[in-house]
Amino acid sequence: MAGEFRPGQGMVLADAVPGEPLIIFKDVRLGFDEGDVLQGISFEVSPGETKILLGESGSGKTLIMKLAAGLMQPDSGRIWVMGRDVTEMTERELLDFRRHLGFVFQEGALFDSMTVEENVAFRLREENVAEDEADKRVREVLRFVEMESAVDKLPADLSGGMRRRVSIARALVDRPAVVFYDSPTAGLDPVTSQTIINLILRGRDSQGVTSLLATHRVQDAFGLAHYRFDVDAGVVMPCQRNGGNGAVSARAGAISPTNILVLREGQAYFEDSAEQFARSTDSYLKKFLASAE
Amino acid sequence: MPEPTESPSRLSRLGDAPKRWIFTFQDYVLLSFHAIADIFTPPLYWTDTLNQMDLIGVGSVPIIIAAFVSIGGVLVLNTAAQLTRFGMASLTGDGVSLALVRELGPTITALLVAGRNASGMASELGSMVVTEQVDAMRALGTDPIRKLVVPRIIATALMLPLLVAAGDFFGLIGGFLMAHVTLGLGAVQFWTRAVHALAFGDLVQGLVKPFIFALILSTIGCYQGLRVKGGTEGVGRATTTAFLWSALAVLVSDAFLSRLLLSMYR
Repeated sequence: MAGEFRPGQGMVLADAVPGEPLIIFKDVRLGFDEGDVLQGISFEVSPGETKILLGESGSGKTLIMKLAAGLMQPDSGRIWVMGRDVTEMTERELLDFRRHLGFVFQEGALFDSMTVEENVAFRLREENVAEDEADKRVREVLRFVEMESAVDKLPADLSGGMRRRVSIARALVDRPAVVFYDSPTAGLDPVTSQTIINLILRGRDSQGVTSLLATHRVQDAFGLAHYRFDVDAGVVMPCQRNGGNGAVSARAGAISPTNILVLREGQAYFEDSAEQFARSTDSYLKKFLASAE
Repeated sequence: MPEPTESPSRLSRLGDAPKRWIFTFQDYVLLSFHAIADIFTPPLYWTDTLNQMDLIGVGSVPIIIAAFVSIGGVLVLNTAAQLTRFGMASLTGDGVSLALVRELGPTITALLVAGRNASGMASELGSMVVTEQVDAMRALGTDPIRKLVVPRIIATALMLPLLVAAGDFFGLIGGFLMAHVTLGLGAVQFWTRAVHALAFGDLVQGLVKPFIFALILSTIGCYQGLRVKGGTEGVGRATTTAFLWSALAVLVSDAFLSRLLLSMYR
C-alpha cells in the first residue's frame, strides 16, 4: 500500500439523513440555444455507491456533474446533495457547501501558476489549516496518488496522467464524503487510465467514498465494478460476484455497489448494475459493450 | 431574392442587440458592485494583491518613463514656437506642467495601463475560464471574484495614481531637457514656473482621475476575462475587447470628470 491516506473521512453534512441517498436528481432539465440537453433526468446515489454516468460525447455527463456541485443551475427540477437542495442555495452558501465535496475536472483544471504542492494544498490554505498539518496532509495524499516526487513541479511539466492524479489528490485532500469525477480517463492511454481507475477504486474501498463518475469508456465502468481494493493486502484484485451488484467492499463484507446510468438524448436510458449492463441485449447498449471488447 | 425565413431571423437578431447590450452592462455593473463591496469584507488576498501591484506598478514603470519623457519633449517642441513668437518662452514650464498634471498624465497612463494590464487581466482570467480553473476554484469553495478580481482592482487603484505621479515627473524632465536644448531655458526658470503654475485643484484632478480610471480599467479587464466563451478564440476576442472598451471608457469618463473637477476647482 502506497500510503496511510484515507479519503472520505470528511464529515457528511448534518442535513444528510443516514441511509438515505446522498445525491438525488429529480426531473432535472437544462437547455441551451441549441435545445434541451437534459430532458428530465432522475436518479439517486446511495451512501458508498459509485454511480457511473456512461454516455456519448455531448450526452450531458459533465452538465450533471456541474449541476450536482452547484456550479450550474438547472432550468427546472430539484437536486439534493447530502440532504441540501443545491438548486435553492445562493452562490455564497454553495461556496461553503462545496468544501464538503471533491471535484475532479476532465482536464485536471490545475492552477497553472501554482506548483503541485500549492495546487493540492489550495483548499487547506483557504481554510487556514496550520502549515505543518497542511504539509503533512498534502504529502499523505500525494503519496496516495504516487506523485510525492512531483511536489515542486508546475502543471505544465506534468503528463496528462500525472495532472489527472494531482487533480484527484487535490479533490481528496480534505477527505470529502462525496467526490465527482468528470471523465477522469478521457484522453489517456489504456495503462494510465487503469492507474486512474485503481486510484478511484482505492478511494472507494478504503473508506467508502460516495462518487459520481462520468465516462464514455465502458472499460472504466467494468474496472470499477469488477475489481476491488483489499485494504489489508494493499492490492487491487477481482471481486467476488454478488448476484446483481458488482463489487464487494473490502470492509467487513459490506456491499459497495457500482451501478451504471446510461444517458441517451438527455434522458436516463438504462440504470442498473454492471452485471445487468453486460447481459443486456439492447442494441444501443451493445454498441458500448462492443467498444470494450 | 432573400429567403423568407432568413430575413425575420436577422431582423430579430438585430432587435435583440439592444437587449444583449443591456444585459451585458447589467452583468458588468453587478460584477463591479460585488467586487467593490468585497473589498470591505474579509478575507482579502494580500499576497495576490501584492503580486498584482508588482505586475501593474513596477512592471509598467519602464514604459511610463519612456512614454512620458517623449511626451514632455514633444509638448515643448509644439508649444515653444508659439510662445517664442510672443516672447513668452519662459512660460514653457507652465504649459508642460498644466497639460501633464491635469490631462495627459492621467489619460495617457490609463491608456498605457489599459493596453498592458486590462487586456492582460482579460487574457489571464479568460484562459483560466476556458481551462476550467475558475470552476475548479469555485468547486474548492473559493470565490473567484474575491480571489481574482478584488486583488486586481485594489492593485490598479493603488498603483495607477503612483504611475501618474511618476509619469508627470518624467514628462517634466523630458520637457525640461527639450526646453534646455531648443530654447536654452535654465533649470531654475523651467522648474519654478512648472511648480508655481499648479494649483491645488490641478493636483486633485491628477489624483482623482487615475483612481476612477483604475476602477474602470480593472473591472472591464476582469469582466471581459470572466465572461469568455469559445476557447482560445474567445480569449483573443476578450483581450482586444477589454482594451477597446477600457480605453474608450477612460476617454469618455475623462470628459465628464474634467468638466466636474474644473467646475469644482475653478
